[in-house]
Amino acid sequence: MTTIAAPEAIPYLRSFESLEQNGYGQHPDWLQALRRDAMDAFTALGFPTARRGNEEWKYTDVGPIARASFRIPTQSCHSESIEESLADRVDSLTDPNWHRLVFIDGCFTPHLSSLPNIATVSNLADSLDSHTPLIRQHLARHTPYASHAFTALNTAFLHQGSFLHLPPETSLDRPLHLIYLTTAAETHTLSQPRTLAVIGRGSKATIVETYAGPDDTPYLSNAISELIIKENASLDYYRLQQHGDEGYHVGTTQAVLGDGAHFSSTTLDLGGALVRNNLNALLDAPESSCTLNGLYLAGETQKIDNQVIIDHAKPHTNSRELYKGILGGRARAAFHGSITVRKNAQKVDAKQEDKNLLLSDKAQVNVKPAFWIYADDVKCGHGAASGQIDENSLFYLRSRGIDHEQAHRLLVRGFANEIIETVGCPSVKSLINNLVKTKLTEL
Amino acid sequence: MLEIRNLHASVNDTPILRGINLTIQPGEVHAVMGPNGSGKSTLAFVLAGRPGYEVTSGSALYQGQDLLEMMPEDRARAGLFLSFQHPVEVPGVRLDQFLRAGFNAVSKSRGLEELDPLKFDRLLRRRVKTVNVDPQMTRRSVNEGFSGGEKKRNEVLQMAVLEPALAILDEPDSGLDVDALRSVAQSINDLRTPENALLLVTHYQRILNYVVPDRVHVLVNGRIVKSGGKDLALDIEANGYDGYEEAANPTLAQPASP
Repeated sequence: MTTIAAPEAIPYLRSFESLEQNGYGQHPDWLQALRRDAMDAFTALGFPTARRGNEEWKYTDVGPIARASFRIPTQSCHSESIEESLADRVDSLTDPNWHRLVFIDGCFTPHLSSLPNIATVSNLADSLDSHTPLIRQHLARHTPYASHAFTALNTAFLHQGSFLHLPPETSLDRPLHLIYLTTAAETHTLSQPRTLAVIGRGSKATIVETYAGPDDTPYLSNAISELIIKENASLDYYRLQQHGDEGYHVGTTQAVLGDGAHFSSTTLDLGGALVRNNLNALLDAPESSCTLNGLYLAGETQKIDNQVIIDHAKPHTNSRELYKGILGGRARAAFHGSITVRKNAQKVDAKQEDKNLLLSDKAQVNVKPAFWIYADDVKCGHGAASGQIDENSLFYLRSRGIDHEQAHRLLVRGFANEIIETVGCPSVKSLINNLVKTKLTEL
Repeated sequence: MLEIRNLHASVNDTPILRGINLTIQPGEVHAVMGPNGSGKSTLAFVLAGRPGYEVTSGSALYQGQDLLEMMPEDRARAGLFLSFQHPVEVPGVRLDQFLRAGFNAVSKSRGLEELDPLKFDRLLRRRVKTVNVDPQMTRRSVNEGFSGGEKKRNEVLQMAVLEPALAILDEPDSGLDVDALRSVAQSINDLRTPENALLLVTHYQRILNYVVPDRVHVLVNGRIVKSGGKDLALDIEANGYDGYEEAANPTLAQPASP
């Protein structure tokens, strides 16, 4: 069968073919087959278009991504001296006490990383041999690519990435920070971060992902994280998106939960010209639960689109979802929250909320909640609100001697605090606090 | 301290205050009583500078300054305080941080020392004791999830922290049971000095049993129709506002024209 290639896919296909001839050829057969399959899918699909009827991409036009041709970095990584020069930049993104894996333009950078010895934490490419069965069992199994172009593109070039395997009943003593940094070494760089985490039965971990890159240069960061949380395990997951002002970011996180597992996610969006996050939680066993929070702060002409899909596949599962946005300038945001309760998934408890604070008349937000409920004994609720700073609150603060500007700042900050206050880990909270503080001065 | 002359004010082009005259000296307690819709809260908001309350004529001098020309925050810094009838919930802003911001803004404008969080915390703990509120309250978001009584106490706590020269208390008694009322009134009395003054706006007489006014003014239909000593409040308690309303607006008894 021959498929007609989407024109914008051709340059990526060429890169793929050239990599197949040198480098990819030495990788395990199953990985090569997976990549080839994903490449075929992407070649046929091309990038999604924001056309009528394409609900998934209704509010986000990835035309600029399709029209630009982003380059897959060559196999060779940066020299050690270049990596060394980025040490300060990396330090500024993290907490020195955390474990970390650092990837620069897609390349694992061991001497900027620090690994725990309790669990398997490594570059995915280096674990292919030692953990073949586990990796094969999960890698690309939970994020289907056949009809998802960005997932297909990431999978087609799958090689390096973060791999975490926590055996049963173990806990990471401190957060694991996965830093995916794009540099300005070349223009139009395509980096495709990939994370696979398997949290064993009864284990606990905190994972922080940071996506960052330079200002004043266009690039695309196309990330996928697969998080498998086994029975009674618990994962605290933070996603800190701090891209440069011309950076494009498409990120997909898929969490799969076992019996009694808990997944807590906080998505922070600060940077990027155009950002689309897909967060999918599959509550695949009874008593599993998730708390998905998000905070997006956007100014100027930034576009931030969060799509959150929760699948209550089994009974007695519950989900809490709270996303908040603060938008200034001509920023645009979209929130699409979809909750599915499958047949027989009784006693589901799901709540979704999205609130937006608009700091300018030109800022805009589209909110689209969607519920697909096939069971009858469920509790589902949603709320959406957007508005400007409350005049009553402003006057209340001013009547205590606080000037207009500071009162405004306190109220905006207060709006964000509802999300920040949910962060349990003090060092993560402090990092997020500082990021939010800085960003708010720019809005 | 405060001299209001022939004050007229409108909200959304509807005249509410129609010529208020009122003079308050340091150390005095004045009560403004009136039926619902008489303009009591409007008077309080106009004095505090709430946007949307338009002064159409008249004047208000506060410590010799033209109060009506000042921004709300400048009025607060000059020592004017409004205790809200309906305190506003401010999610995400912690009460202690809010209070410190206000305290430091006021201190700064008076040339006094601004306090860092530690020092302010010590001061706040003393005030918390004076006003008799749960110390945990100061760690919560401002008024969020507070009961009616907690909100009222919180207003008094803010007054205790800011130490105003003139406090306007807009129905500090509404929604309180007898015990809470007594306790709030006690705190208000504790904060009185020979230099500061109170303007107490209330619908009911009962709080005046505890915070005893020097003067009572009856506000009806945007005007003060009668002023007197504390016994005037007892007369209202016994006979209601009906007589005053008819005196203020004889057309009220007739059907409204379309």
